[in-house]
Amino acid sequence: MKRRDLLLATLALIVLWQIVAMLVHQPILPTPIAVAGAFVKELGRDLVGHFLASLWRVIASTLLAILLAAPAGLALGQSKRANDFFAPLIYILYPIPKVVFVPIVLLFLGIGDLPKIVIIFLILFFQILVLVRDQAASLRPELIRSVRSLGAGRIALFRYVYLPASIPGILTALRQSVGTAVAVLYIAELFATQKGLGYYIYLNGNTLFNYPAMYAGVVAMSLLGLGLYFAVDWLERKLCPWLYVN
Amino acid sequence: MIELERLTFGYGRGTSVFQDFTWQAARGEAWAVLGPSGCGKSTLLNILAGLVQPTSGSVRIDDQLLTRPRPQTGLVIQDYGLLPWATVRENARLGLRVRNYYGPDGIHAPNGYIRGLDVEPWLERLGLLPQAAQFPGQLSGGQRQRTAIARTLALQPDLLLMDEPFSSLDAPTRESLQRLVLELWHETGLTLVTVTHAIEEAAVLGQRILLLNLPPNTQPLIIENPNILQPGYRESDEYVALCRGLRARMETA
Repeated sequence: MKRRDLLLATLALIVLWQIVAMLVHQPILPTPIAVAGAFVKELGRDLVGHFLASLWRVIASTLLAILLAAPAGLALGQSKRANDFFAPLIYILYPIPKVVFVPIVLLFLGIGDLPKIVIIFLILFFQILVLVRDQAASLRPELIRSVRSLGAGRIALFRYVYLPASIPGILTALRQSVGTAVAVLYIAELFATQKGLGYYIYLNGNTLFNYPAMYAGVVAMSLLGLGLYFAVDWLERKLCPWLYVN
Repeated sequence: MIELERLTFGYGRGTSVFQDFTWQAARGEAWAVLGPSGCGKSTLLNILAGLVQPTSGSVRIDDQLLTRPRPQTGLVIQDYGLLPWATVRENARLGLRVRNYYGPDGIHAPNGYIRGLDVEPWLERLGLLPQAAQFPGQLSGGQRQRTAIARTLALQPDLLLMDEPFSSLDAPTRESLQRLVLELWHETGLTLVTVTHAIEEAAVLGQRILLLNLPPNTQPLIIENPNILQPGYRESDEYVALCRGLRARMETA
């Protein structure tokens, strides 16, 4: 996609918002200009702090999910026996919407960052696990055979074949689930915290009735999701240039 | 160089592919293993590569009993042998990277191996320098196979095994690669074993041809073909007669 097209699409959305806001003409839908003003003003107050709190939770849970799910996925993808054993368990757990675990995790882990990180981790973990497992399992036996013939034992196969082969799977999983992760983060931040964009949006919308500030929070959350999505895109271009040839 | 002594091998409980099979190949010879599909020729190659163990009997290569892949043996397979995420240069370096990783332990890399990553002479010799920064997905089939050959030869093997190496290529590319392999065999003095189901390929790449039949194979059937390096051999009457003879033998098998 061209940058110019993305910019035009953004502009079109803002214009549409402006038109709808003018038609509705109510405080619950401020114009983009008013929200931009509130956004800048709120940046000077604590919007940045809330943004960073949410960003930290997403990044921490993502790294945790990659660190645990990628090796597990590789192990299952390499060993048919291990996969046969765990596949039914994963099959049952994978489709459960992890957001329903929010109240349970909160009950067990209480307040603070940990329950939020654990919830997002759960979403990303299964996604990465399944995609990396399938990618490792789909490696052609001919490829493994020819790399073994070059002298590679288990460790070298892991280092030179399985590990690089898992990177596209990790990135695809992140691309697919980063949106869900931010959405669930929003839900999780409604409870038992005073930090994070979810809390900030709820506070301004339902307690302070400061609608422009609430919208500034929504914009910040959108930017968080978009930024993460772009980051995954950028990483994929950097780490997997072979996917972009031809 | 290669000594199979009363080799027996079978998959599961079915008929043995090889039964008490004894065969030798001398250093520096170019062998073609020819036979219909299911005759066990790929199995033979896997045994020679040390990737598969015989049920009974022994395999010796260079007077050493073979129990695992040996670092001085190179293997080139039909396709899918290249890492899709690595460039031609990085693919060619893969074997050296593996060796550098283990060091000269005599198992993954030969004793006395000196670490290095230089594959440029091989890329040049195989005409791959213009493609060195490209990925396998951007290459033609012939270029991919040349990359696989460069990767194997960079390890300076004394035994090169090839499993249907050019079957998926079009005729002109196949012929030019066959010529290239013969040149490289002649230059490096390595022992060459090519497995193929194509009669013409066996007649071009096999100074000696081992003909396998439907299992079980008990006696090696060997056909001599001494003139493969002579210029114009592919157009000679001798070559045509050999192909006809091989075809007749395969059909009666």
